[in-house]
Amino acid sequence: MSELVIKNLHVSIDGKEILKGLDLTVEQGKIHAIMGPNGTGKSTLAYTLMGHPHYEVTDGEIWFKGENVLELEADERSRLGLFLAFQYPVAIPGVTVANFLRSAINSRRRAENPDDKGISIPEFRKLLKDRMDLLKMDHSVAGRYLNDGFSGGEKKRAEILQLATLRPEIAILDETDSGLDIDALRIVADGVNALTGDDLGVLVITHYQRLLNYIKPDHVHIMLGGKIVESGGPDLALHLEEQGYDWVREKYEETVT
Amino acid sequence: MQEKPKITVTTSRTRRERVASDFTFTADLLPDGALKDFRQKAWDEFTRLPMPTTRDEPWRRTDLRTLPAGDFRLPKVDEYLDLPDIPGYLLRPLVSDQHGGQVVLYPGGSRVDLDPALVKQGVVFTDFRTAEHEHPELLAKMVGEVVRPQDGKFAALAASLSQNGVLLYVPRGVAVEQPLHSILWGPGAALAHIAHILVWIEDGASATYVHEAASPTEAGAHALHAGIVEVHVGDGASLRFVELQSWGEHVWNFSHERARVGRDASLDWIFGAIGSRLTKNFSDLDLVGEGATGRMSGFYFTDGTQHLDHDTQQNHLAPHTTSDLLFKGALTDKSRSVWQGMIYVAPGAQKTDGYQANRNLVLSKGARADSIPGLEILADDVRCTHGATVGKIEEEPMFYLRSRGIPPKDAERLIVEGFFDPIMQRIPFEGVRARFQEAITAKTASI
Repeated sequence: MSELVIKNLHVSIDGKEILKGLDLTVEQGKIHAIMGPNGTGKSTLAYTLMGHPHYEVTDGEIWFKGENVLELEADERSRLGLFLAFQYPVAIPGVTVANFLRSAINSRRRAENPDDKGISIPEFRKLLKDRMDLLKMDHSVAGRYLNDGFSGGEKKRAEILQLATLRPEIAILDETDSGLDIDALRIVADGVNALTGDDLGVLVITHYQRLLNYIKPDHVHIMLGGKIVESGGPDLALHLEEQGYDWVREKYEETVT
Repeated sequence: MQEKPKITVTTSRTRRERVASDFTFTADLLPDGALKDFRQKAWDEFTRLPMPTTRDEPWRRTDLRTLPAGDFRLPKVDEYLDLPDIPGYLLRPLVSDQHGGQVVLYPGGSRVDLDPALVKQGVVFTDFRTAEHEHPELLAKMVGEVVRPQDGKFAALAASLSQNGVLLYVPRGVAVEQPLHSILWGPGAALAHIAHILVWIEDGASATYVHEAASPTEAGAHALHAGIVEVHVGDGASLRFVELQSWGEHVWNFSHERARVGRDASLDWIFGAIGSRLTKNFSDLDLVGEGATGRMSGFYFTDGTQHLDHDTQQNHLAPHTTSDLLFKGALTDKSRSVWQGMIYVAPGAQKTDGYQANRNLVLSKGARADSIPGLEILADDVRCTHGATVGKIEEEPMFYLRSRGIPPKDAERLIVEGFFDPIMQRIPFEGVRARFQEAITAKTASI
């Protein structure tokens, strides 16, 4: 079983420290949830794990499958088995979902074997159709330009389609519930649940507890001031739902400021 | 330790002339034949007109001072036999499985094939010199009707000295199903390839025509192409016209082109430009008949130190006319592109609909794209819109693609392909799209 291990992670953006010594281990096959108030560094963690160039790691380590993740570029991290479902997926005009996914699959194959000719068109069509059916998606999405003119719900489902097609070992879902109504939320959550199992570890980053009604976490962590301050089981999320974040702030205010 | 003062001496190796040197062609080069008078008049224009300078508005961004005009000579008869042969892929049909006819122009020679069934229908598709012998009256009636020698120095040069060219004539009401294909193959150094393309689609006729100009790059050398393309699309006629240029990067390429579209006629005009050292192309669409429609779609991709300047004009000269122009270009290295476009609506040309857009994607710091749209509207009941953009690849889409495992070069290529997709969507010919795709793959490989 692979593990994503984060040790004492410090991250700055534009010289301002956002993550201040974060420790976390996400195992393949487990679902972890990180909850926390806005501005606490949840998205910074997501982007840093995926290698966004704007985020500067000033201290700490990230290890996955024996590799020092911090030494890898974003595309290398992806091919190693990490995946980020973006909070705000960008549009790529002129590039269809199908063309994009085929390129992503072929990049993986060529990294394994530089002489690889790429996935055959029939094989790819079958795979994509199968994944779209699993997520109950209309097949017409394959021919649309990636995220271009997509509604909020369509964008999030397209992220989950990518997750389903690329089969990573650890997936980070960054506020995947934001901007979704309850029906769209259920559809996206069903998609994630169809993919979870022993092969996939998930890190769900969310502000609200409601997503965790649909995606049941094994572990829940509370993040505050750039650190994880509390960890527990699913009960912790329910407790937050009832009590809000104030008790956490009160309990940890001194240590984080 | 004391540092020595650093002294840098910069000298210019090329002497900067205030104006470009002029050509050294002489009147005895004027060919005899049916167009003798036309050529002589054009020659008078050519000798009268000075070399353009950057003080002339259309030439403001394209500087000819380093053009070695005095070095060019016309090819000798059969000169192509001593030059690199045309590669086989250029001879293959581009827009269908086969073509109805093919004209290949070489330096000092040509080769013509035409389906006998088309000959029987009265279609003429041949090289210009043959046309001067075999169809003098037809030619005399049409030549210079659309592009006039006085349109510019290079138009006058091409009109007077054209060694070759193409005549395509489709008689009234004839629908040519199989596409027609011509290639101007211009290898060699110090040669002037001067060509006159004349396309005449009579009322109610239709055709698909592909004209391509190409040559291998001759490092350290110069060559010249000066061309005229004149197109007449008669009332109720339709033409799909594809022009591709992949000149070697030593070629100075100049052309004056104009299409005149008649009542309820339509023209679908596609340009692809990837070659040449420097290009100055004037392409005018004259919508002269009520209900005429013209679409212009341009693809260009420059690299190295290439300089491509496309000057387009959409002239709405009658009511209820429609024009739709989209030119898209990508640039790498230290290359430069200029697009300058104008929609003109004449007084009384009511209910016209004009659209023009130019989009550029600059892929390297040293490249530069200039995009200058323009409108001149002298009628009051019209709809005209335009847009011009110069952009670069943004960081967020790159990160998004890379986060899916796509390496940076492939991610860039994907974004460039996506950028060009709206042009590809306008091209109904798979072979042409494939050619553009090859250019994208080749030119993005060096980013």
